[in-house]
Amino acid sequence: MANEYRQIIRNGLWDNNVTFTQMLALCPLMAVTSTATNGLGMGLATTFVLIISNMTISIFRNVTTPEVRIPVFVLLIAAIVTLVDMAMNAWLHELHKVLGLFIPLIVTNCAILGRAEAFASRNSVLPSMVDGLTMGLGFTFGLVVMGIVREITASGTLFANASSLLGSTFSFMEVTIIHDYRGFLLMMLPPGGFLAMGFLLAGKRILDKRISAANRRRQQIVNITPAPQHA
Amino acid sequence: MTDPEVPMNIKQRLGYHASILGVIALGASALLVAGYVGTKSLIDTRLDEDMQASLQQVIPESLHDNNLVKDTTHLNIEDVTGKQVNTIFYRARLDKKITAIAYQVAGYGYSGEIDIILGVDITGKLLGVRVVSHSETPGLGDRIELGKSKWVLSFNGLSLENPKESLWGVKKDGGYFDQFTGATITPRAVVAAIKHGLKQFSLHKAELIESTAASPSSPLPNKAGVNQHG
Repeated sequence: MANEYRQIIRNGLWDNNVTFTQMLALCPLMAVTSTATNGLGMGLATTFVLIISNMTISIFRNVTTPEVRIPVFVLLIAAIVTLVDMAMNAWLHELHKVLGLFIPLIVTNCAILGRAEAFASRNSVLPSMVDGLTMGLGFTFGLVVMGIVREITASGTLFANASSLLGSTFSFMEVTIIHDYRGFLLMMLPPGGFLAMGFLLAGKRILDKRISAANRRRQQIVNITPAPQHA
Repeated sequence: MTDPEVPMNIKQRLGYHASILGVIALGASALLVAGYVGTKSLIDTRLDEDMQASLQQVIPESLHDNNLVKDTTHLNIEDVTGKQVNTIFYRARLDKKITAIAYQVAGYGYSGEIDIILGVDITGKLLGVRVVSHSETPGLGDRIELGKSKWVLSFNGLSLENPKESLWGVKKDGGYFDQFTGATITPRAVVAAIKHGLKQFSLHKAELIESTAASPSSPLPNKAGVNQHG
């Protein structure tokens, strides 16, 4: 049981990361990651929606049929996103003013439909919610990393305007990394997003190769006669 | 994975697919209706508060004693593209006399509409300018927001006579106003929209100010008024 959850968490955060492995949700990724703060906001809002949508779809998984599952998922996700949008506008208005732009975009996030199809429609409620949480956090991680890379290269700052998203207590996060930086426009614009994404993907591949090579070596030391390993 | 309570043969019928989709669609719509009804008045209040907040930024407190959001008049004015647009004018009054008008104009920037709210006193001088909404490039065009740059404050106190009308453009076009590094289209659109808004104000000034002497929602009566506009 604990093992199952560990696997879900590992998958969501790294092995099957929405951004870097599944390469889903690239549309919001390119659109919002011009600053790390925007990435964080989008990531958190998406995480929230993912938890709720995975939960709802898992509840309905036994009554839907394979033939109509896609329209049912789309309907549920759209309804949830709209409700979240309205509720935030009414009760968390200040936050909505900052994130408001991103929330309708969540409907277009294919990662949510992807998780509904690949996980929530086949698993019970609690694992589905854990999957939503960790996939969301993995996505947030991807967005923030992209945002950090692009923001530093484009304008030399980090987490600019974080206090308007998280409140004034978080203003310490706003730092200028490169002083008197003249700015590098390309990284701010969509092509910069694709460039950063390419380098980050390559970086993750290299890292994964190193990790699996290290694991293999460790296992070779443990077993004196090494069995062939598959990565 | 099949539910034991719903046998497979029922689940395979066409009617089952249709009705499950229908039931879920109905449920989702019901939830949306409930959510809409439940949040509508709250959202309206919040939007009113937002409007009031942005009006307060373009018309100083000292120029009015009425509630701007409630004291409005509608008028068709021409927008930048020459189309007639029904525009709401918020009237600031001091002792029932109109001291300033606030209204929204739209410019067309690099990626669509830029909504700008203008506060203008009765002589046609800008009291304040704020960008209400836009979708310009983050980090470039978004310096028209006050949160990102002080640029919009440079319009305070200006009018169509100061600088003179021919100078209402960005420096790149031989005008008076700064553009930003890397972004000319956005400030050009904003300057053009403000210029246009001021022109429309002078065109309709009579209708807006002189003909509307009485206030519909009358402010405090006979308040000893110190005229502070200037």
